[in-house]
Amino acid sequence: MGIIIKAENLGKKYIIGHQRRERYITLRDIVMHKMLGIGQRILHPLSPNKEAVTLEEFWALKDINFEIEQGDRVGIIGRNGAGKSTLLKILSRITEPTTGKVRLKGRVASLLEVGTGFHPELTGRENIYLNGAILGMAGAEIKRKFDDIVAFAEVEKFLDTPVKHYSSGMYVRLAFAVAAHLEPEILIVDEVLAVGDAQFQKKCLGKMEEVGSEGRTVLLVSHNMAAIQSLCDRVILLNHGSVVNDGNPDEVIQAYTSLLSEISSRPLEDRNDRKGNGKVRFTAVGFQNTNGEPCSVALSGQNLQIVCTYRCLTPIKDGKTMFSIAIETLTGEKLLLFRNDYTGNLFDEIPIEGMLICTVPRLPLIPGIYRITICAENTQDVMDLVFHAAELQVTEGDYFGTGRVKNPKFGPFLAEHTWEILGAPLRRDVHD
Amino acid sequence: MTEIIIEAGKGSKEYFKDLWRYHELFYFLAWRDILVRYKQTTIGIAWSVIRPLLTMIVFTVVFNKIAKLPSNGIPYPLLVYSAMLPWQFFANSFAESSNSLIMNSHMISKVYFPRIIIPTTTLIVSLVDFLISLLILSGLMVWYSYLPGWHILSLPIFLLFTALFSLGAGLWISALNVKYRDFRYVIPFILQFGLYISPVGFSSNAVPSQWHLLYSLNPMVGVINGFRWAILGWNVHLNWQELIFSCVMAFFVLFTGIRFFRKTEKTFADIL
Repeated sequence: MGIIIKAENLGKKYIIGHQRRERYITLRDIVMHKMLGIGQRILHPLSPNKEAVTLEEFWALKDINFEIEQGDRVGIIGRNGAGKSTLLKILSRITEPTTGKVRLKGRVASLLEVGTGFHPELTGRENIYLNGAILGMAGAEIKRKFDDIVAFAEVEKFLDTPVKHYSSGMYVRLAFAVAAHLEPEILIVDEVLAVGDAQFQKKCLGKMEEVGSEGRTVLLVSHNMAAIQSLCDRVILLNHGSVVNDGNPDEVIQAYTSLLSEISSRPLEDRNDRKGNGKVRFTAVGFQNTNGEPCSVALSGQNLQIVCTYRCLTPIKDGKTMFSIAIETLTGEKLLLFRNDYTGNLFDEIPIEGMLICTVPRLPLIPGIYRITICAENTQDVMDLVFHAAELQVTEGDYFGTGRVKNPKFGPFLAEHTWEILGAPLRRDVHD
Repeated sequence: MTEIIIEAGKGSKEYFKDLWRYHELFYFLAWRDILVRYKQTTIGIAWSVIRPLLTMIVFTVVFNKIAKLPSNGIPYPLLVYSAMLPWQFFANSFAESSNSLIMNSHMISKVYFPRIIIPTTTLIVSLVDFLISLLILSGLMVWYSYLPGWHILSLPIFLLFTALFSLGAGLWISALNVKYRDFRYVIPFILQFGLYISPVGFSSNAVPSQWHLLYSLNPMVGVINGFRWAILGWNVHLNWQELIFSCVMAFFVLFTGIRFFRKTEKTFADIL
């Protein structure tokens, strides 16, 4: 068995613009930027040219090396933002690496999403052909496998119905069925098993096992450790864009689990990547609900308390201490800032030791992982500032209390709102 | 077994081989766009008939009846309509391709294929509209009892010329539109401006001769004159010098378009 994938020195750098959510630039920005630059030159001809937009480099992947042999079934695991998806995108040629090289021997099919290119207006039959072509199948190949695909998806009756009328289950079944009939030498799969009902998931796992046993190479990203364990004979663990562990599935999964708990339990007190004069020092950050029960995972819409334990050198009595908590995404987009002087909850005296509690009613964040930065300062100095003091994991919750919103993906926030049409009554039987 | 090498900073050496491998995707995407267009808008076909017809009427009234521009004895509606054909083809594919990458961004961020396929398929949709318009033109010619001569045989060549120029312009605009997302505000302006600097509403004879060289820098001048020559025959004088000039410009746009597109396409998945 030869080596079928060989990655050397692979790296991928992204440039993140601060204060900006968009990944694209506009012509207006460029023109404005240039004009500002010229303006500055005229006003201050001697000062060095200052960049008006601050950009930061972010290495999603760094110095990745591995070899995969033909027939290997490799799982790729890691925390959110560890670089798994970026790695798959490079291997499937969707994006280009910034450094390094990959050699792939054979036809690659990547399945980063089920039903890529499905068009709601087209019928099931039409979408099978279209999706097959998008995934790299030839027309003749699709024709040959057409009946198998339809049988696998169990949608015979609805073949000539536009897929916009399909139930979500049918849609996923059809989409996966097309993908399952690819016959590449290398199959790259990203977390697609997270969709569909349990029975169909089992069927898909079975299909993938079949693919693997035919000597094909499979790369699979998943958060579902059970699926990884049953499908893969080798697992690669990524953390902060680097390979930290590679080998036997049981061992690597074990390493991953301990990595997760190690990070969340790393004592804040021992961290020296902090700023400030040390008059106040945070020693721990935790999360709890309003009954004081600790929660490792918060729900969208729950009342959340962020609890910061601190210690001072001496009691502070000047009444000028301000605390703030910032929430940002893993890629550094700033989302929220909580400050006790915003809310007017000021303290004349800070006890030498204590617990600082910030209560956020109805947490307005969508599911995801967020970074918490905490800071204590007075009008002159920063006393303690810890970037990324903790990670807050938020999972699906019933923010609106209607049971309707499951997993919103548009933007980072949820907000309370109501709707009406003047003169038209609302439906009453909404959710009870 | 084929070997693929992905390397930082280097495009695939097998780009054109890949293009061939994915040629069926090209057909399928074109087929999808046509299907969706005529499924979604029940007035899809009617729209492609009404638009050039109305423009033709307005132009005939404005340029012939009001401005009294010369037409060399050709019925003015025919003069306008024979120019509307390539202009609509260009304008449609230009507008469609400008948006095409953004419309298909979910595909671009999830699957590999040569990205150039996407703006290219818009040509096919425009071609369907073109063929419908061509049918109407033949109706108009029957109405005016105007028979085309042997020149009509050269029509496919001029159509190809239009398609190549449209492709070049479409590649430029689609890549620019991904890179600078506010470029779309410029597109209607380019099209409107283009309509007036191209001889759609008037005959090229109406342009003073000292301006001809500058004027034919616009490839659509050569395209439209060629179309008129092919369709309306002997009443139209074809200036070969102008045509060659326009041809050179069109190929220049096409080649730079392909180069610019290939240079930027690697980053599409990162910025879409």
